[in-house]
Amino acid sequence: MEIFLAILLALAIFIGVPALVGLLITVSVVRYNRYQTARAKRALTNDTGFLAEVASIPGGEGVYQCIQCGTCTGSCPNANEMQYSPRKIIAMVRAGMRKEVLSSDTMWYCASCYLCTERCPRGVPVTELMYGLKQLAYRSGFRSGPTAEPVMNRAFVDLINRNGRVHEVSLMLRYYLQSKPLAILKMAPIGLKMFLRGRMPLRPHAIEGTEQLSAIIAKAHALEAARATVEVSR
Amino acid sequence: MGIELAEIEDWNCCGSTPYSSVDGLISSCMSARNLALAEKTGLDLVTACSSCYTTLRRTNSLLKQHPQLKGEVDEALAAAGLEYHGGVRVRHLAEVIVNDVGPEAVAAKVQRSLNGLKVAVYYGCQIVRPGPGFDDPEFPQSLDRLAESLGAEAVPFPLKTRCCGGSLIIPEEGVVLGLIHKLLDSAATNGAECIITVCPLCQTNLDVYQGRVNRKFKTHYQLPVLFFTQLVGLALGLSSKELGIEKGVVSAKKLLSRYS
Repeated sequence: MEIFLAILLALAIFIGVPALVGLLITVSVVRYNRYQTARAKRALTNDTGFLAEVASIPGGEGVYQCIQCGTCTGSCPNANEMQYSPRKIIAMVRAGMRKEVLSSDTMWYCASCYLCTERCPRGVPVTELMYGLKQLAYRSGFRSGPTAEPVMNRAFVDLINRNGRVHEVSLMLRYYLQSKPLAILKMAPIGLKMFLRGRMPLRPHAIEGTEQLSAIIAKAHALEAARATVEVSR
Repeated sequence: MGIELAEIEDWNCCGSTPYSSVDGLISSCMSARNLALAEKTGLDLVTACSSCYTTLRRTNSLLKQHPQLKGEVDEALAAAGLEYHGGVRVRHLAEVIVNDVGPEAVAAKVQRSLNGLKVAVYYGCQIVRPGPGFDDPEFPQSLDRLAESLGAEAVPFPLKTRCCGGSLIIPEEGVVLGLIHKLLDSAATNGAECIITVCPLCQTNLDVYQGRVNRKFKTHYQLPVLFFTQLVGLALGLSSKELGIEKGVVSAKKLLSRYS
């Protein structure tokens, strides 16, 4: 009887405690992400400097060329899902509406299919512009967004920074734990289907040159910081 | 086919769309490391993934167009003892087979004609866009010709370059299932028995999520999704096992039993 109780107690400790700690960490990460995002949104103010900032990103100079014809919106497979259509978001950038643009969900629905870029009669690289808006949203402190895509992107990037390769199982775990922990149950059947067919390796693989990668990333961060200082002093 | 492939030593993930969304400079550096490693070999860079293809090509053109970015990428690479001079030609394996080998030469090697197999050739977005690439950005034909050289019939497929949703399937499954549904519907109503793809992400979305599309839209699609390399290999006499065809979630066994 005592042995049985001891086993039960051990099980409760070994499974229950880590599960509880995991849950607590997950909940705090999700809450922290939301808090940061709300703070970033409050801190934004609309200004004419926004247009110049967008235009300074590689590809961003296209905002000046737009004639508001709406070909991009008509071509976009996800325009229906967006809070503001691609055409509208360009008009808003030009109006200096930093807060509305960067806190909108528009760019997070862009799947980078380049149909808008292909069809634009003025040669505006709209897909590049969407990348630029996402980068600006991150830089303004958005940790999650109106969609869960920012969290996924960051999980993806963190894995590459560490290992130089993406590992699907780690990506899914990180993404779900930081955005919607319970939805991971819904993903289990998909993961199982892929695992059974040898398409889901359980162990991550790292490249040899991880130190090389770290050196590149550190240098790039330093260059970005230097660039930001120049911009502020201007 | 007379093509010899040499794997780039210690390549890293190109960063794909997520990295380009997070940080412009570092995402360019991630691609540039691969390009620098490839440049040392003096060979063209070939990839079988549309996203790698677009990402690496994009880095090449960004570095050409934006001298400031080029300067920063050079500095960051130098921190790791690497340099890139912009001389690598980025190619997709499909383009190499279509242009360097050619459908006629492939046809001459066919051991087992895929006569009567109706395929929808799905190019997806990032292999043809942004143009100018190796084929028309909205209505490409080259891989249809390749499929025909194997004996298969390429059915009309108006949505052949429409987006599958890519990695948005993870955060926005509901939206992307709608995109996949349209593709499956277009392929099926045009009489396709299977879909041919050139991109691992398209393959995953169309194949692994096909069951979820069926559940959501109350449809009954059973379209195996094969890589173009698998289709070519099959016609050239390789076995399903060697080609990894059983790794598909929607089974191609019944369909391909006609050809074994």
